[in-house]
Amino acid sequence: MTPHLSITDQPIDIAAALAAVQTDTAGAVNSFVGTVRNQSGGRPVRRLHYESYDSMALTQLGHVVAQAYEKWPMLQEVAVVHRKGTLELGDVAVVVAVATPHRAESFAACQFIIDTLKQVVTIWKREEYEDGTEWVAAHP
Amino acid sequence: MSLKVALFGITREIVGTSVIELPAPAPATVGELLAEMRRQYPALGDLRSCAVAVNNEYAGNDQPLHTVDEIALIPPVAGG
Repeated sequence: MTPHLSITDQPIDIAAALAAVQTDTAGAVNSFVGTVRNQSGGRPVRRLHYESYDSMALTQLGHVVAQAYEKWPMLQEVAVVHRKGTLELGDVAVVVAVATPHRAESFAACQFIIDTLKQVVTIWKREEYEDGTEWVAAHP
Repeated sequence: MSLKVALFGITREIVGTSVIELPAPAPATVGELLAEMRRQYPALGDLRSCAVAVNNEYAGNDQPLHTVDEIALIPPVAGG
């Protein structure tokens, strides 16, 4: 049940992340796929740049997954893959996949992991517009 | 004895480098480090938050700093 956690500058293989969590003892596999969308707050976005503090991001990701295991003891397998570098519209930025025996916990654990990841994992997003760039969430 | 502080994202842009070295007398705690960084770079005070990490963990203001520690400024994160 060691979670599969990685940060990569290569395109994310969604099928591989799903396959990594599949096990005969878990009937429910739930996944979240985050992709680059073409606007932010009504402003057209051309592409995104993700910057990561890799060692801390993996440490914090490990804490998030450990919390999920505590909250849902039936949680069996977890995979989280986060992309860094420059991403074009439609590119996959993050995949979270979890496997549990039953579906309710599967949905809940998956949502907990992506929501908490966004609060604590040291990855920063810079949006590129027609007329400039901005670090997301940096200012009040 | 100096402290090295790693910078990411908008804090790297504000400071203009990815690692800054604070010479002796270096800040003794996380709180002193933040105060010193904000004094040198007032734009850091405009951020929604600015945390400090010591050895890959978020650190409170009272935590002491040592030259062997891996120290980083952590501006608001936005993964996902």
